Amino acid sequence: MIAHQTLTPNGVADNFDLSRQAISKHIKILTECGIITITQQGRERYCFIQPQKMDEVADWLADFRKIWESRFDKLDNLLIKMQSKTDNDKSK
Amino acid sequence: MKNQTKIIAEKGIQELFITREFNAPRELVFRAFNESELLLQWLGGCDMTMKIDHFDSRTGGSYRFIHCTATGQEFSFNGVIHDVTAPERIIRTFEFEGLPERGHVSLETATFEALPDNRTKLTIQSVFKSVSDRDGMVAAGMEHGVTDSHQRLDELFERLLK
Repeated sequence: MIAHQTLTPNGVADNFDLSRQAISKHIKILTECGIITITQQGRERYCFIQPQKMDEVADWLADFRKIWESRFDKLDNLLIKMQSKTDNDKSK
Repeated sequence: MKNQTKIIAEKGIQELFITREFNAPRELVFRAFNESELLLQWLGGCDMTMKIDHFDSRTGGSYRFIHCTATGQEFSFNGVIHDVTAPERIIRTFEFEGLPERGHVSLETATFEALPDNRTKLTIQSVFKSVSDRDGMVAAGMEHGVTDSHQRLDELFERLLK
């Protein structure tokens, strides 16, 4: 949401069916991770997204996931072979 | 649709979960984890081939696997097998032999859950000695990432020497 426009924390809360307290907690966590920053402009505080940080968070598991995806893809193929063999044995 | 591989590693907690569903009955999925000739066909992953030094797959047994990259680098792992309960559970330790010191052992529990329509849900929980052990293992992408990071280092050195 804030990728498209900067919003105040209350502006964010208006878009979710969650209490302001819950939203404020989420915003606090995202701020601690550096995914969003809060900037004071006059009387209002605005949330800005840090897309680069978002990538870092998404990326740290990427290589690890790639290995397991590759393994499980091979395992899928093996299971197909094993199942067709079981079916053949049954029909004999 | 392809079954999604989910990796859950919460910040600051020394464990991670790998979950995946398979379109096959759990007896078969379990066998693929527990029989050498089947394990060899998939555990390598990416471009790696795999060798089994030994695999005594039973409660009280042990294993040692070697993964080889296309460039000939070898990465070895070993552990003891705490519990094999067919077809639902395998519990074992895991240690990567490439670390500078011994003792960074994790405990892995693989659970095979039967789903309707002959499907199976696999959950692997790995509990590490510390958060930094876990993060190190994930960041290194285990064996593949280690190669990647060596290549990145090589490239960095090349740039610095220019």
